[in-house]
Amino acid sequence: MGDVEQVEQQHDVEGDGFSRRTFIKGVIATGASVSASSYVFKDGSVVRAQAPGSVERLVTVTVNGQQRRVDVLPEETLATTLRYKLGLTGTKIGCDRSECGACTVLVDGVPHYSCSMLTHQVRGRSVQTIEGLEAADGTLHPVQQAVIDEQGFQCAFCMPGFVMNMVALVEENPSATRAEAAQHLSGNLCRCADYNKILNVAERAVELSRRS
Amino acid sequence: MADYKLIGKGYSTPDLVAKVTGRAKYAEDFRAEGMLFTKLLLSPMPHGRVRSLDTSAAMAMPGVMAILTADDLPEVEAPGERMLTNEPLYEGEPILAIAATTEAQAADAIEKVKIDLEPLPFAVDPLESLRPGGSNARLEGNTMSGRDLIDITWTNVDWDQVDNGTLPTDGEVTDEWEVGDVEAALQAADLVLDETTYHQSTGHQPLESRTAMAYWQNGKCYLHVSTQSLARTHAAAARLVNVDPENAVVIGEYCGGGFGSKIFGSIQMGIPGLLSQKAGKPVMMRINRLEENFIGRARPGMASRIRIGYRKDGRVTAIDMFTVQDGGPYGSSGDFMSAADQASLMYTPANIRCRGVNIYTNTPPRSAQRAPGGVQVVAMCAPMMQKAAKQLGIDQLELMKINAPSGQQTFGRPRQGVQGNVSSAFVREAVDRGIEKFDWEAMKAKSGQRNGSKVTGIGVALSSYAAGVSGMDGLLTIRPDGKVYIQQGVGNLGTGSVFDTARAAMEALQTDWEHAEVVWGDTSKHMPWSSIQAGSMTTHAHTRANWAAGLDAKRKLQEIAARDLGGSPESYTVANGRVFSGARSMTFARAAQRAIALGGKFDGHELPEDINEMTTAAGGGLAGIGLMGIAKDNFDTGGRNMSYAIGFAEVEVDTEVGSVILKDYKVASDAGTIVNPRTFAAQLHGGGIQGFGVALGQKWIYDRRWGLNLSGRFYSNRPTTMLDVPHEKKMDWVAADKADPFNPLGARGIGEPSQGAGCGAVQCAIADALGDGYFNRTPIMLDMILTNVEGLPEGVARLAAHS
Repeated sequence: MGDVEQVEQQHDVEGDGFSRRTFIKGVIATGASVSASSYVFKDGSVVRAQAPGSVERLVTVTVNGQQRRVDVLPEETLATTLRYKLGLTGTKIGCDRSECGACTVLVDGVPHYSCSMLTHQVRGRSVQTIEGLEAADGTLHPVQQAVIDEQGFQCAFCMPGFVMNMVALVEENPSATRAEAAQHLSGNLCRCADYNKILNVAERAVELSRRS
Repeated sequence: MADYKLIGKGYSTPDLVAKVTGRAKYAEDFRAEGMLFTKLLLSPMPHGRVRSLDTSAAMAMPGVMAILTADDLPEVEAPGERMLTNEPLYEGEPILAIAATTEAQAADAIEKVKIDLEPLPFAVDPLESLRPGGSNARLEGNTMSGRDLIDITWTNVDWDQVDNGTLPTDGEVTDEWEVGDVEAALQAADLVLDETTYHQSTGHQPLESRTAMAYWQNGKCYLHVSTQSLARTHAAAARLVNVDPENAVVIGEYCGGGFGSKIFGSIQMGIPGLLSQKAGKPVMMRINRLEENFIGRARPGMASRIRIGYRKDGRVTAIDMFTVQDGGPYGSSGDFMSAADQASLMYTPANIRCRGVNIYTNTPPRSAQRAPGGVQVVAMCAPMMQKAAKQLGIDQLELMKINAPSGQQTFGRPRQGVQGNVSSAFVREAVDRGIEKFDWEAMKAKSGQRNGSKVTGIGVALSSYAAGVSGMDGLLTIRPDGKVYIQQGVGNLGTGSVFDTARAAMEALQTDWEHAEVVWGDTSKHMPWSSIQAGSMTTHAHTRANWAAGLDAKRKLQEIAARDLGGSPESYTVANGRVFSGARSMTFARAAQRAIALGGKFDGHELPEDINEMTTAAGGGLAGIGLMGIAKDNFDTGGRNMSYAIGFAEVEVDTEVGSVILKDYKVASDAGTIVNPRTFAAQLHGGGIQGFGVALGQKWIYDRRWGLNLSGRFYSNRPTTMLDVPHEKKMDWVAADKADPFNPLGARGIGEPSQGAGCGAVQCAIADALGDGYFNRTPIMLDMILTNVEGLPEGVARLAAHS
């Protein structure tokens, strides 16, 4: 079994739910060395040189409806690929460790922390980022419109992650209550602590989605 | 409230679509051709000295292009901070930086640096530094006295008392002031509360770290940074990369949170600038979350002994505050001094004394954090006010009103023997609005209600803080496209004030917001002299400045119309993008063309003499492109601008498991005229929720043996999450909505006091639920609640820092 298949199989076995174990196993399986435990590497994904012959580099990912062929390193995270290879800087990196949710994107409609998912794991799958929500004619997605209507968020660094998670919310639960929205969005941190207004946005998004 | 066209009306800020579509660019979102990455070598120990450094192997690594060490930087006199150091004073302090083609190459090269660090004595707890035999954070001493570093040891103090959780007040301090006679007033008081309290240090933790990217072109350094204030970051950035301000361009359109930690950007933002100069290529410095938790600043914690004297009728007669402050390794934080100022303002005692000392510790550098000193004092005093109200049999809000400031209240540390005064205070009016709108009687009735093991508690807290400065400049141009371009040199921190205050100019021109274009976020775009985007200064400062620029533009429009169409300038009205008098009318577009033709003062070729030189340069840069409105804010001032928030919290404390659930939170406020109700409410509620984090969760834990932080991640230092806030219904708010008499538009800021209100109200609500308990230590953790319920000794030494 090839390394990539191995990663994919692990992914399938564990379903769509992210686990840090999957992520770490993925890194190991792709042949990359896990870096030394020096304090320099306690945090942050870094892009390193290709270990020759370890894994196929060119992968195809559907991003915001377009097939993108991209040269990816074995342990490269989806957040890094999106931001540094595909120019999609709307996805933010707030912690690089599945703590803050700023990097949340949808993979086949399911919210994932893209800082903690390997790009190889989304081979052939469909990724949606905040840049992919607006219609070609400029019409905003109901969740985006809800943000405008409610003057949602403050510094907005957390906004792309919250918005993507909220897109999943209105799809999954078209009649979500304020309390249900809070539970659904609890994996996203807002340091401006604009949570009251974010929940107003969620309520408005549910309302707008139902109408559309 | 006056009948305004724009002020007081909600609208969507013009940056919102860019933010919600992902087009808004923060510092890490910029790319430049050939961009290198840098990684930092961070100190693995709390205090050490570089004995030897061998970078030859690192420099020989593939892709490595440049290195920057402390030896490349000018010396700074202690206790000043440099962006890199040979004597790290806290774990995680940057020692050197390497730039390479990829970030991994830079990281690999850092691994190859041979560094010999001599471990030095350290202190993570200020009280341990004062104890005989205790070690200091700095070799030169443990505090500043005036301009000198000195070493204070408390040899005369009863340390058993400290160990038992009471702070003695006979130890040596460095700062002291007194109004009236505190000891005599305490002697004469009907009730004296005497408490030792501990308030934790809290990291700012903006979600966007202090990432920066830099490149050079034609001798100019371009810096993409995360900064709260744009115009005021310019000179700081230029200094860090050793150029004159005209050779530095700072770009910061969006800032992903600062809370006081990025007022002038950050000190490390100079690193990519200097590395880029060395390498001849752009350099990106990504700061990751762990690094941000080291270098990202924090609020100073403090241990205080507070004595408050009351008359039977509830009037506070005396406050005595004695504080040992956790000062971090650099500078000299004055939080404990402003804490006493706020106590003086909130409770208006005739007698007040402040004594304290700021002790250096080998923990991250301290800086202003949302209401510096203000949050700490509310957290420490609000529960005492609640306790006094209960003991005196007075309603808590009645007690608040009895002691509240009003009119042009004098307060605080005297200067040349005289206390200053506020511009206005309508605290009693705000409390009354809250009582009415939030149905205080119904709230109070819930106090002590039991539902199984859960008990309801109700808490209120008054919080005050600074809310404005004056004397800034406003600058706008009306251009031949008919639009009004308003130059805004403050930052875009997400509070909305960069746009909200621009509306003051449009108000002066009585013209729809659709005709306005706000220019912000780039110092090369001609920014006027502006306030720092901090301390809730912007709303007051720049409604004034933009009102001044708007009135200047209005006068010029009237003059041009009179000149071209006849009649006197005063006979012309400016409104809706036109200047007109009866049938005689001219559009802004036409007036802009005429201004350019006339030149002189009309199009900015002649500028006022009283404006700041930064504004003169900006005006010169925009001269000749339209009609210029440019003016200094010379409006009357009437004292220090202070705003007020009163938090109303309802909690449910589970006495079986010790958990606290916040059921509802509402805020009453006095901050003058509200410019934009949506951004105003966001400050009241967002600040309040940050306060919940201070009350209930956020803190550091240090390994006291090795001086290392064990809580460098969000999950371990616990800022508030969505699940910590009430989510059954929207949070409510109300405002006194009384115009400040010393702002032509009546507005003041509100961001600062909101956090203390949230923190104090939640603490009081918990104490209320549990009866007479007063929680002398924040954050209030589960174990504190359970030991209180069970009547057991506290699990943590009350005054031990970071544990």
